[in-house]
Amino acid sequence: MLKDKHLTVTVSPHIKTALTTEKMMWIVSCALVPAAGAGIYFFGFHAALVITVCVVSSLLTEFLCTLLMKKPATIKDGSAFLTGLLLALCLPPELPLWMCALGGFFSIAVTKFAFGGLGYNIFNPALAGRAFLMGAFAKEMTTWKTLQVFPDGITAATPLNLLKEQGYDSLMKVFDSHSHLFRELFIGRVGGSIGETSAGLLIIGGLILLFARIITWHIPVSYIFTVMVISYFTGGVFGIPFHLFSGGLVLGAFFMATDPVTSPITPKGQIIFGIGCGILTMLIRIRGGYPEGVCYAILLMNSVTPLIERYSKTKIFGVKR
Amino acid sequence: MEREEKSNTGYLKELTKGFIRENPIFVLCLGLCPTLAVSNLVENAFGMGIAFFFVLLCSNITISLVQKLIPDEVRIPCFIVIIASFVTVASLLMQWFIPDVYARMSLYINLIVVNCIILGRAEAFASKNNVFRSMLDAIGMGIGFTAGLFIISAIREVTGFGTFLGFRLIPENIKPITIMILAPGAFFTIGFLMALFNLIRIKKGKVSK
Repeated sequence: MLKDKHLTVTVSPHIKTALTTEKMMWIVSCALVPAAGAGIYFFGFHAALVITVCVVSSLLTEFLCTLLMKKPATIKDGSAFLTGLLLALCLPPELPLWMCALGGFFSIAVTKFAFGGLGYNIFNPALAGRAFLMGAFAKEMTTWKTLQVFPDGITAATPLNLLKEQGYDSLMKVFDSHSHLFRELFIGRVGGSIGETSAGLLIIGGLILLFARIITWHIPVSYIFTVMVISYFTGGVFGIPFHLFSGGLVLGAFFMATDPVTSPITPKGQIIFGIGCGILTMLIRIRGGYPEGVCYAILLMNSVTPLIERYSKTKIFGVKR
Repeated sequence: MEREEKSNTGYLKELTKGFIRENPIFVLCLGLCPTLAVSNLVENAFGMGIAFFFVLLCSNITISLVQKLIPDEVRIPCFIVIIASFVTVASLLMQWFIPDVYARMSLYINLIVVNCIILGRAEAFASKNNVFRSMLDAIGMGIGFTAGLFIISAIREVTGFGTFLGFRLIPENIKPITIMILAPGAFFTIGFLMALFNLIRIKKGKVSK
């Protein structure tokens, strides 16, 4: 390198962004705060404990893994914090705390560090942690807390669960009218995981990410649009807002499917990814054994991300194939 | 695979190579199908391990005895016939002595016929080496496979059922991690043990990073 003050010679890239991984992770975490707050408000103190335990166990596992593998300590970059927070937000509020800790451990140790650490993982760590807990403790993972919305205590099931297990009529018995149902879904006063119920606050968080340019519109828009189209053809006008605001769709579309490590980097690839997620989600919701399919849809699409990237490569101008 | 060694030294090596250096499950990655299927309980793993050991030992000895008589073109069918005879013997013996274990895993016992470790040892080792070496090879590989099954099944049974050979280790009120006795649990366990074996081999300087 030359010592000249006016002439610096470096290799590319020459234009660098001020956005570091660390900054990005903390912005995403902040964008999740409203939804997490609503979860604690609606579900009570135990939800706060679940969030705390998940975050602490993720951070601890990250620390131990970097220590064991003699890697530079990445505990401060916020990625483990975010993984723990996202994991907690897709867990039921009454889950025993040691299971939460196990989930956090699995997310970081198995899905992240077994594959080589941040940037090398194939699957979204938080979702893989949830899928692990779902396989390990199926009963606890589908026990939902009763809310004030159900004064007679008929059921504590999530609306999606209710629709799948007992049908449209019993759903309407709990919520008197469509507008009442949609209002409760939007605000978040329904049974479900800690962070997935309040669609309104999650959309606000998602918009923050869009405006802070952490994510691009491609994945969330193509994902949600696909779900809307399929729900219109299967459930009519009722289906669109119902499938849009219930379950973990908004959380998944804005915060999980857009994970920069496990989703395609090309815009074309991102749109394919979003459409695939949407189709799989609706397929599981309508035809599958589980009432909710966001988690598995995103995990399945994670696994085909390298394939999508291979076929959606940007063409180099002027070069023939 | 194994090359024929003319020297008379290294009998001990022939025996011990199956333990860690060429462990059939964790290093050669052979026979993973029965490993996944029967490693959910220690009892099943032992049953499988014993049957496997018996068949491997008998077939290796027999094949190395008749290696000159088998024409090269039809060697695989001949190996299969020999292995299948011993599998039948093993399965009939198990049916008589341990009927409840046999009832749970008769399918997997019969599938030993096409077990790739046994066929692999027959093809790569027993058909080229003398009886004594083949016997040592079979004993080593058999111990390696059985020990591997035992480790995997011990981890899976303790975490997935909370028991070890049927004895309760973890109190009832702590929920066992059900996923560990399902197929994913087998993959997790085998994956991490493979990493551990590779670590041991790297530390010993047998393979380069």
